[in-house]
Amino acid sequence: MRIKLMACIGAVALVAAAGLATAQTVKIGVLSTYSGPTAAQGDQLDKGIKLFMKLNGSKLPPGVKVELVVRDDGGANPDNAKRIAQELIVRDKVNFLTGVVWTPNAAAIAPLAGEAKVPFISMNAAGVAIPYSSPYFARVSFTLWQSSYPLGQWAAKKFKRAYTVVSDFAPGHEAEEAFTKGFKEGGGEIIGGVRIPLANTDFAAYMQRVKDAKPDVLFAFNPAGKQATAQMKAYSDLGLDKAGIKYIGPGDLTTDEELPSMGDAALGVMTVHHYSAAAERPANKAFVSAYKKEFGQNLNPGFMAVGAYDGMQLIFDAVNSLKGNVDPERIMAFIKSYKNPNSPRGPIAIDPDTRDIVQNEYLREVRKVGGQLANVEVETVGNMVKDPWKQFNPKK
Amino acid sequence: MQSFVSSLVSVAFHGLAYGMILYVISVGLSVTMGLMGFVNLAHGVFAMAGGYVMLTAMNRYDVPFLLALSIAFVSVAAASILLERLLYARLYTAGDLEQVLLTIGLIFMAVAVARLIYGTLQQPVHLPAYLKGQFSLLGRDFPAYRVFLIAFSAVLVAALWFGVERTRWGAKVRATVDNRPMAQAIGINTSRLFTITFALGSGLAALGGGLGADITAIQPTYPFEHLVYFLIVVAIGGLGSLRGPFVAALLIGVSDTACKYWVPQFGAFFIYAATIALLLWRPAGLFGKA
Amino acid sequence: MISPAHAAGYVSDPRMRPIEWLPWVIAVICYFAAPSYLPLGSFILIMILFALSLDLILGYAGIITLGHAAYFGFGAYVSGILAARVTADPLIGLVVAAFAAGLLGWLTGMVILRTRALTLLMLTLAITSICFEVANKATKWTGGADGLGGFAIKPILGLFKFDLFNKTAYIYCLVFLFLGWWLVRRLIYSPFGASLTGVRENVVRMYAVGAPVYQRLVIVYTISAALAGIAGALLTHSTQFVGLKVLSFEFSGDLLVMLILGGVGRIYGAFVGPVVYLVAQDSLAKQFPEYWYFGIGLMLVLVVMFARGGILGILDVLLSRFRRGKR
Repeated sequence: MRIKLMACIGAVALVAAAGLATAQTVKIGVLSTYSGPTAAQGDQLDKGIKLFMKLNGSKLPPGVKVELVVRDDGGANPDNAKRIAQELIVRDKVNFLTGVVWTPNAAAIAPLAGEAKVPFISMNAAGVAIPYSSPYFARVSFTLWQSSYPLGQWAAKKFKRAYTVVSDFAPGHEAEEAFTKGFKEGGGEIIGGVRIPLANTDFAAYMQRVKDAKPDVLFAFNPAGKQATAQMKAYSDLGLDKAGIKYIGPGDLTTDEELPSMGDAALGVMTVHHYSAAAERPANKAFVSAYKKEFGQNLNPGFMAVGAYDGMQLIFDAVNSLKGNVDPERIMAFIKSYKNPNSPRGPIAIDPDTRDIVQNEYLREVRKVGGQLANVEVETVGNMVKDPWKQFNPKK
Repeated sequence: MQSFVSSLVSVAFHGLAYGMILYVISVGLSVTMGLMGFVNLAHGVFAMAGGYVMLTAMNRYDVPFLLALSIAFVSVAAASILLERLLYARLYTAGDLEQVLLTIGLIFMAVAVARLIYGTLQQPVHLPAYLKGQFSLLGRDFPAYRVFLIAFSAVLVAALWFGVERTRWGAKVRATVDNRPMAQAIGINTSRLFTITFALGSGLAALGGGLGADITAIQPTYPFEHLVYFLIVVAIGGLGSLRGPFVAALLIGVSDTACKYWVPQFGAFFIYAATIALLLWRPAGLFGKA
Repeated sequence: MISPAHAAGYVSDPRMRPIEWLPWVIAVICYFAAPSYLPLGSFILIMILFALSLDLILGYAGIITLGHAAYFGFGAYVSGILAARVTADPLIGLVVAAFAAGLLGWLTGMVILRTRALTLLMLTLAITSICFEVANKATKWTGGADGLGGFAIKPILGLFKFDLFNKTAYIYCLVFLFLGWWLVRRLIYSPFGASLTGVRENVVRMYAVGAPVYQRLVIVYTISAALAGIAGALLTHSTQFVGLKVLSFEFSGDLLVMLILGGVGRIYGAFVGPVVYLVAQDSLAKQFPEYWYFGIGLMLVLVVMFARGGILGILDVLLSRFRRGKR
């Protein structure tokens, strides 16, 4: 009799303990660049993630915890990235894959995520075709077509002859194609173009080539970070501004976190992008002041930090909405209908057909605001712009 | 035609600036390898160290540009003496493989230390005001900084050549490069000569690294990135020679710039192809001893 | 040339010693014991094959090269382009890659093996750099900086599909590593292998006895390049991707470090080195990347100064002390 009672009590205790012990851990695999010459970009992603975790890291359903598994891909190393992603999926058994600064890395990882059915949310990698390679890929950052195509259309109204200088990898090619299409549609002429190796740090020879070709405007793209500063300096060192060649491009050219280092050479440069740290909307002001408070008053957040922040927001919103039930199919269904009206960059949403980001695009000019350089949003050139490339190239 | 001449001039100019920096950095390597027969792949570490020292002095302690350069020269030269006495001297008689491995190990260590101290990002270079902007000559504008580079390097090179051709120290170096046992036999302290020459070569590399900080960015991966070019300069120029690497460095500087300008779609292909061709034609380098 | 201090013993008895089966036993055990580590395992097997190919020319023939990645990368890209454009059959890809890399090795070897020391080193670097530049720029074929992906490798012999966990890939690499190892072993313990050791130790004397030194060097260089090409193709098939890293100078450098760590000039150095290096890197480098890099550099310096035979060399010394102590 007593044994039976003990057994019953034991069983109840076990069940109760099991109930208490079902704290669920959602594992998020973050693959970013922490070393190598391009660690500056990875640093931006890192700051965005850290800021989000600090402000909102505990906003989870009861019994659900989040664990970040962070890995370094060392730069644009797609083979390395693929191996690390495989380890994250197979060994660490992550529920989400995110981060990824570089398009080559994301392109290599996406099919893997598709095969393993792990939702992969790109916080930065911008290659237009990646969503087509896997139904488990979504993007919260941007594409070069979203910025460079409207820029081309705008530029054709002011300039007749353009020269293009882009980095030689997928986003660079996309920026070049997008701008060329927009510019030509508006009646402009592309008089020449050059593609610079991704690893290049010295832009003098290329800028000289541009100067000698005498265009009205130089359209350029580089993958932000230190190269943006180097390219800006080469532009002014070689005297292209004095020769009357205007410098335009997507916002990567004048990325906010590098802008202070660029000096007055950057004044007057016009860009089209989805985010500027100088934007006046309340969500952004709150974001920027939280960023400065956390990382230093003299540091600006750039578009990559916002991409990371919004990416974490998306993941947390998914976890909260599904109450921790991180089933891949349901997560992707949630993502496809996702809307966030309060991102620091303005309203954003995910396109249900392509799983790519939908957002506003702004025309900005670099001006001095309160003694500091800032990308001042001059006008909104596109409202809730879907990626134009996919509109021209629907998936067969 | 006018614009062709104009682009020729600018390619020559930028190529010259880059070539001079390459030479200032690499000449120490040439002398070290010719003099001591030591394969020092870690030479780029000295250039990187010079760059870091100079930039730290300028950015953190507001030291003026030229003074910071001198500090870089002296400190790196001093550090290299320590390195030579402790490590390199033991391997003078060892085989090529050991020397290659030792110096690769040193590169790894230096890269890691640089990352630990300075982080992985490039160091910002804030040139003094008198070096920014353009310099007007014969109706063309040249970036002032690169003009300064060329001028300063030319002075360095002239001083070096004068030193080697006209001083006793220079004579001893040339003698030891030609025939070490004989030089020792007539009483030259080759051991001390090695140390001094090594320090000078490393100091020059540090100067080159600091001077060229705007062209060849100072970041932890520096020794790997530029190793191939330094080695090409020395291999094509010829070990132990001073003029050979000068010609080689200018050739490389100008052709690299010319390729970027005229045929960017080929990248550095021509340089490597030319290296192979030249080395097959003259395995000991253009001015080396066979 | 490599000094005799750490050169491996040339063993005249070619029979298999029992301990030589140990690596294979361990490899099979790992397949069952550590299923989530198979991607790392496959990579280790590939690097062992690559290290074996380098040991042939570095350890046995004494050719110092920093450009062996050229043949690995060439094999990797050739098999990748073949899979993407012609046929995705892995076995055909291996054969083509071996042939292509061997051909490249033969052509380049003929040219550069007439030189020595720094010139040879420079030429190996220049060749690798050219291959890198070509791969970087020929975007239509190689994908350039984006890498070559988007192809799927067909199942081996139509039966064994390449899966996400690298189960198939591991066995695939193990089989070909075994074949490569067997080939290298036969080569070393043959008169040909003896003549290679002769070239390494005293090339002048080899000329004096009338050995066709240049010819031997070219032959071994070609074989080594073919093996490296096979290793490259194995990587392409396992990961279904080719990136520029396989042609980089850093990759050659990493391989050299692994081989030196294990012990140059002895077949099993090529086994021990990559295993120790990659396993250590897997656990340590993630937490402390800078300290890892520093540690590797320091280890290299220490090995050169004090332990030229690498890990196996140290083991040898310990074993001989132990044996001496027993008497």
